[in-house]
Amino acid sequence: MIHDKKAHKYGMVIDLDKCTGCGTCAVSCMSENNVPFKEDESDKKDSITWMRVYRLTNNRPFPDTEVAFLPRPCQHCGGKGDHGHSPCVSVCPATATDYGYDTGIVSQIYTRCFGCRYCMAACPYHARYFNWWDPVWPEGMEKYLSPNVSPRMRGVVEKCSFCYHRYQLAREKAYANGSDEIPEADYQTACTTACPAGAIVFGDLNNPSHKVHQIVKPDPHPDPLNPDVVGKSRNPKVFRLLERLGTNPKVYYMSEREWVRKLGDHYLDGEWDKVKNVYGSASHE
Amino acid sequence: MDAALIPEGAKRCSFPKFMLGIAIVGAVLLWGVYAMLLCWFKGLNQTNMNDYYGFALWIWADLAVIAVGGGAFFTGLLKYIFKIDELKNIINFAVIIGFICYSSALLILAIDIGQPLRGWFIFWHANVHSMLTEVAFCLSCYFAVLTIEFIPNILENRQLNKVPFFHHLAHNMHGVMAIFAATGAFLSFFHQGSLGGVAGVMYGRPFAFREGLLIWPWSFFLFTWSAAAFGPCFTLLVTRITETVTGKKLVKDNVVHLLAKISGWMIFTYMIAKIIDTWYWAYYTAPGLGFELSHFYTSNGFYGYWILVAEVIVCGVIPGLLLINKSTRENPTFRLIAIVLAVIGVCINRWVMVLQIMAVPVMPFDTWALYIPSWQEVATTILPVAYGIILIAVAYRYLPVFPQELELNRLPEARES
Repeated sequence: MIHDKKAHKYGMVIDLDKCTGCGTCAVSCMSENNVPFKEDESDKKDSITWMRVYRLTNNRPFPDTEVAFLPRPCQHCGGKGDHGHSPCVSVCPATATDYGYDTGIVSQIYTRCFGCRYCMAACPYHARYFNWWDPVWPEGMEKYLSPNVSPRMRGVVEKCSFCYHRYQLAREKAYANGSDEIPEADYQTACTTACPAGAIVFGDLNNPSHKVHQIVKPDPHPDPLNPDVVGKSRNPKVFRLLERLGTNPKVYYMSEREWVRKLGDHYLDGEWDKVKNVYGSASHE
Repeated sequence: MDAALIPEGAKRCSFPKFMLGIAIVGAVLLWGVYAMLLCWFKGLNQTNMNDYYGFALWIWADLAVIAVGGGAFFTGLLKYIFKIDELKNIINFAVIIGFICYSSALLILAIDIGQPLRGWFIFWHANVHSMLTEVAFCLSCYFAVLTIEFIPNILENRQLNKVPFFHHLAHNMHGVMAIFAATGAFLSFFHQGSLGGVAGVMYGRPFAFREGLLIWPWSFFLFTWSAAAFGPCFTLLVTRITETVTGKKLVKDNVVHLLAKISGWMIFTYMIAKIIDTWYWAYYTAPGLGFELSHFYTSNGFYGYWILVAEVIVCGVIPGLLLINKSTRENPTFRLIAIVLAVIGVCINRWVMVLQIMAVPVMPFDTWALYIPSWQEVATTILPVAYGIILIAVAYRYLPVFPQELELNRLPEARES
């Protein structure tokens, strides 16, 4: 039997300077996880896109215009203080979404969800999607569905699972090999492996040998200015979306460009410079 | 045709006229039932909800009917616990309105969930951390209490009351009604509050999030307070509408004035709390998360500062002042204006706490999301209104709902007493 010595905390860092917005991550995610699609996908507000790519701009006129693309999977929030009370997990009335304290992954139990959509209302990232229709695939395509992921029925919520079935397979493999360690390469999400630019790095944020830990350098101590925030990156180029809310996502973003980093959160007039000075390179290098 | 069922001495319209009215409203009800069946059998793709608007018109209607139905628990509390005896003349009607509101709320919830056959999971797999779990438990229990409170009135029907068992049962149930009133008030405190908590605990949504006391955000207490404050206004409004439709005075003015006065003071004190809450949220909570107040009220085609002014001032402070002032309270026109504004005010509050929350962008690069309900949503929202009209019509016709009706209509001069 495997006894984990230390809980995993799976997360990813996405290099927005490498991301070209090609959408391969989104396509591979849909294919890997049997995500259904509509005949007419023009209305994105009821499309299911576990991995959605947002287009960001610095809002400057030509020739200073710059664009970046931000892939947004479920952020697998640890919740305030990183205690596992994610915005969605804490509100689900039927315990249909749960926080895995052994992995840090926020799960969704499709057969228990009764479709109240409170989790969707609570998620500030719009990472949760409702099955407004029964899933229908073009004839023949159902043969290409992944046998490792159950398709969802109409009337339930679904979202990115960090390809949890891949974690299960990696865990089984490790068990078969008599090991209690899951090698970094054995558990990688579909989007990570598909990204042609290598913009996504995935692994265990708690494991110093994993690349994601080395890039993010998560601070295990609460933010002195906001004790709800835990796991803040000590890399000045790395940030999280809406970090100030205290959701404590496990998806980090990285960019050399200041305007991109600034778009990760809201700041009152003058706050950004203050934040830069306190948490910028000077204090972390 | 149905004269034997009508309360003794009471005058009612002819049966064909009554049935014509029921048929007209019934047609609207059937339209709503058709839309409801579409939603159940074809799914929620029949609505215009989307992944930004997971909560929409129905949840607003749900919160609104529960808020305005708060008149039942609060009037019951005043009558049975605080022993304000005059309210016995309106308590039956308050209970019927509450029964309609709460049964409607449960029906709306049954339509709103994506997997209606799994609705019981909320009890079976209950997550004690979720405000919605608290809502489900307290709402269901309180609906049971309202049913118990309604039963004696049903048993007082002229024919049912002839059965000795029903007669004694109704009599004895009246005798122990204080226990149910206290239970109802207790349950209402928690389900009204937890509906406020549904929004207040969403710390990922700065427009909704409120700090609070222990596990309860301030919106928890404000929702309970507002339901107790505005609920009686809805009871008075429906009473007034019933009087207009029937062409009869049904409740004496002193009872109306008393309930209006209590409601007025509740509204006035609630508005003080609401203004403090709004001020604290606008100047401390939201800015602490990086949001300026303008973020919530600008850069979109619908939600402006007007909605805040409408809710807090026009439909909050003003009706409160009109109802605590004796001269305006006892003036039928001003009183009617006040109770209409008050009912609109609490409905705006629930709208803001459901739909505006969904509309406000949270990620800096996201945009406002506005939504227009589909006809199926509108029809199913009107469905409870039609159902309520029919239930009130049937109850008024066959049950002794208003104890003062005979006295007021036999001796017109007694109205002023």
